[in-house]
Amino acid sequence: MGLHDTPPAAELAAAVEDFLRTDVMPAVDGPLKFQALVAANVMAIIGRELSLGPAQERGHRERLSGLGVADDAQLAAVIRSGAMDDRFGEVIEALRQSVADKVAVANPKWAR
Amino acid sequence: MGGTVEELRDQLASVLMPSFGEAVEIRDLRRLTGGASRETWSFDAAHADGIDPLILRRAPAGAPADKASADLMLREAAAMREASRVGVPEPELLATGDDSSELRAPFIVMRRIDGETIGRRILRDEQYVDARPRIASQCGAILGALHTMDPKTVAGAPDLDALAALRAMFEETGVVSPTLELAFRWLATHRPESSRKVVVHGDFRLGNLIIDRSGVAAVLDWELLHLGDPMEDLGWLCVRAWRFGGEQPVAGVGTYDQLFTAYEQTSGHPVDRTVAKWWELYGTVRWGVICILQANRHLKGAERSIELAAIGRRLCEQEYDTLGLLEELLQAAGGRRGGERGTA
Repeated sequence: MGLHDTPPAAELAAAVEDFLRTDVMPAVDGPLKFQALVAANVMAIIGRELSLGPAQERGHRERLSGLGVADDAQLAAVIRSGAMDDRFGEVIEALRQSVADKVAVANPKWAR
Repeated sequence: MGGTVEELRDQLASVLMPSFGEAVEIRDLRRLTGGASRETWSFDAAHADGIDPLILRRAPAGAPADKASADLMLREAAAMREASRVGVPEPELLATGDDSSELRAPFIVMRRIDGETIGRRILRDEQYVDARPRIASQCGAILGALHTMDPKTVAGAPDLDALAALRAMFEETGVVSPTLELAFRWLATHRPESSRKVVVHGDFRLGNLIIDRSGVAAVLDWELLHLGDPMEDLGWLCVRAWRFGGEQPVAGVGTYDQLFTAYEQTSGHPVDRTVAKWWELYGTVRWGVICILQANRHLKGAERSIELAAIGRRLCEQEYDTLGLLEELLQAAGGRRGGERGTA
């Protein structure tokens, strides 16, 4: 149990998303309707990040340490230096999993 | 200094009088889109001989009237004239001007062409069922013609090293992305020799093409034109973000072969598939960098917008496609080390 009261943040986000889709979108037109849709999609992203994020974060750390780096900045630096040139396939494989996790939060429909 | 819609109506009537040689009444003036760099308005010009459906493009009202933005708008107009001359379908221009004109902003007035620009509608609406299978080869033929434009007609167009310019744009964002870094490494170590330097449209894709029932009716939005490798335009057209959910690689509706064969027939220049793929990867990275830039406009307070903020979370879509392309390229290169240039 954490410090905060119910509902948990993910459920608050879901309630706002539902409000935007069910109440706001049918009541407005034009650019505002589109912005309400974007806002609803953003609430869905927040909900997915809250539920999937912590485990994804751990997986990403493990893959980084498997590549022998501490964080994304260090990985970017060694890639740029050419030091990963002979491990290109391995780096692609590790990044594919991390990026697939980001897509699962931001826009699951993009994955194939 | 932006002025009201009523003022804009009077200003348009005044700047269009010379084009029609008689008094003009502006009707049904409405704004279609507005961005940081361009506004688009639709209206009808009614005069003694009839009614002409027209489009106004202008620098945003209230933007500082600097010479660079006026030059850019005039270059866009010059590009449309030259493109039309070499056979690219273009709307006819009726008037252009800079901030010394009645409109007090650089502008272009052109004829309005019927059709659709919204990608999702082009891919799904029943009325474009005959257009869809034609689009890829039409784009190939149009690009073949477009790349014969005389660079002298668009004097001052940017002439930069495409990869260095994109790298600089990315670094300026301050964002860290190992995936984009990996792509930059591949792009730098597998860079094809540039065969030709031509006028590149720079944003040739659904969204900037008017599609009617028989296919591509006009090429719009010359804002990003520059000099460069012709394959840049072909690669950009194949980027997955411009497929709008369609299965096919070219604009979601056509095959690589349709695009490349039509391009080869029109231009007389062979398309090296590996080079085109390099530019597709480049385009995917470029769209990723643009996602970051859009989100930064919101984050850094230049333009408060939930839409811009949300685009930041689309970077991972481009990273996803970037890794798919890198895997494909690595396999095609026979699993050679990522940083080595192939010798085959």
